[in-house]
Amino acid sequence: MTPSRTFRIRRPVRPARPGRLAAEAVTLLVAAAVAFPLYWMLLSALKPAGEIQSTRPRPWTLSPSLDSFRRVFEQQDFGRYFVNSLIVAGTVVLASALIAFLAATAVTRFRFRFRTTLLVMFLIAQMVPVEALAIPLFFLMRDAGLLNTLGSLVLPHLAFSLPFAIWMLRGFVKAVPEALEEQARVDGASRSRFLWQILFPLVLPGLVATSVFSFISTWNDFLFAKSFLISDTSQSTLPMALLVFFKPDENDWGGIMAGSTVMTVPVLVFFVLVQRRLVSGLGGAVKD
Amino acid sequence: MTTQLVRAAEPVRTPARTPRTPRRTSPWTPWLYLLPALAVLGGLLVYPVYQLGLISFLEYTQAQVGGGEPTSFQGLGNYTALFADPQFRQVLLATVLFAAACVVTTLAVGCSLAVLLTRVRALPRLLLMLAALGAWATPAVTGSTVWVFLFDPDFGPVNRLLGLGDFSWTYGRYSAFALVLLEVVWCSFPFVMVTVYAGIRAIPSELLEAAALDGASQWRIWRSVTAPVLRPVLVVVTIQSIIWDFKLFTQIYVMTNGGGIAGQNLVLNVYAYQKAFASSQYGLGSAIGVVMLLILLAVTLVYLRLLRRQGEEL
Repeated sequence: MTPSRTFRIRRPVRPARPGRLAAEAVTLLVAAAVAFPLYWMLLSALKPAGEIQSTRPRPWTLSPSLDSFRRVFEQQDFGRYFVNSLIVAGTVVLASALIAFLAATAVTRFRFRFRTTLLVMFLIAQMVPVEALAIPLFFLMRDAGLLNTLGSLVLPHLAFSLPFAIWMLRGFVKAVPEALEEQARVDGASRSRFLWQILFPLVLPGLVATSVFSFISTWNDFLFAKSFLISDTSQSTLPMALLVFFKPDENDWGGIMAGSTVMTVPVLVFFVLVQRRLVSGLGGAVKD
Repeated sequence: MTTQLVRAAEPVRTPARTPRTPRRTSPWTPWLYLLPALAVLGGLLVYPVYQLGLISFLEYTQAQVGGGEPTSFQGLGNYTALFADPQFRQVLLATVLFAAACVVTTLAVGCSLAVLLTRVRALPRLLLMLAALGAWATPAVTGSTVWVFLFDPDFGPVNRLLGLGDFSWTYGRYSAFALVLLEVVWCSFPFVMVTVYAGIRAIPSELLEAAALDGASQWRIWRSVTAPVLRPVLVVVTIQSIIWDFKLFTQIYVMTNGGGIAGQNLVLNVYAYQKAFASSQYGLGSAIGVVMLLILLAVTLVYLRLLRRQGEEL
């Protein structure tokens, strides 16, 4: 997979027409409009306090400062919440990747009874509104003694990211030729050796693409954190901490924007790193 | 190592080979592989769904949770209470209409931009793709805070740009919904755009050129050539959008501060949360959850039928 794959022009470049210039102007305008909220977030996070509370906001700043970031990290123990969020999202990503890989292998490489039924069940499971289950999950976590722990966030998100991960990985596992498995068998490789040393590395790009979704949905989680981490604020995650700054009428916008930046950047980095695989992976998921 | 194996494996493939070769392993192997997934899904998805259904038939409030009063079976009591409640009916209607507005706008924006992308050179395309990826990747919570700030009556740039003075977007019901809609479209059109763009690229260019040579207009080409070929892709993005927009929670909760003034911006998901966790009416909250579940299940079944009709092999 070459780096330019997603954006490469496949057709020969046609001679310029006035229509295309107009289209390109519109494209650039739209791109600027779409990027504007993120630009404004970063800009406001860097503006000194006086400029943010100004009724004549300017789209630039001449004296960027890190005050807002400092305030966020000092007042709110943001560092700790950042680490909490990372632990939860990281655990979910790793566990769901492994579990989904095994399950996707089972449903693509084997024929067995109830296989189609299972696939349909995975598809239906994807549609279950996570939020509707907050109530029973709350009691489940309470009975398991997991309330106020990070585990109460890891487990539900693991369950919610699995169906989509399995469904998406199917395409990637399918793409590995079966002859490969036969060859490995002829060469005397055991099944588990084939699974982990041959199939796993080949499916890895797909796993990474799939992980973005588990990562984002877990990283974004707001409802479960709000419902399950009631009394122990040391276990809070980023969205909760961010909303502490978010009060009607007396918002510390600099702090909110700095916190939002801290929360957005890891996802952005992750996304940009895997975007090619993401797009081709989605193509695969759509076509299969 | 792996690439060598791929090459070595090529000659093995012969036309006579049966698709599934007999295996040494027992028929239980796939189930062994499925075991962790099924355990997690069973315990944390299927069981909670069952519990949700169960609680929705009970009178379950703070008194029962604390053990002060025994739980009593209500039959369909929670459901009749719900549908007799004018606020619930209003929230249900608002949810359906709002989700529909979000889906239609997202699809319209996503599809038009996908078409636009096919008509420009690489650099503008790259820039729009990057901007869209940024919007796509932005967490719902931060997207919401940023958009509220952009439209802030005192310090936001949008009111200033549009000369709206200190007009408060979150004060009125429709302007608040409009603000949330903008945010939702902003963060969900990229999925549609990227997927549909990939779909259009997969259409043989001869087809489009032939249509253009025959003098078909752009709209006509889209309607008669592109759209039919893209149907499977469009089905996927439409259904995904319906599902996402119907269970919106974070945006409404953050942007309208828990459902708006006097609950004017409540949608089902937020309403269920408020009922259950703010007023401890877990039975009622669960009943709302079940209603949502059933509606989404219906959407999913339509999706499955559409996929089946396209001859999708599972």
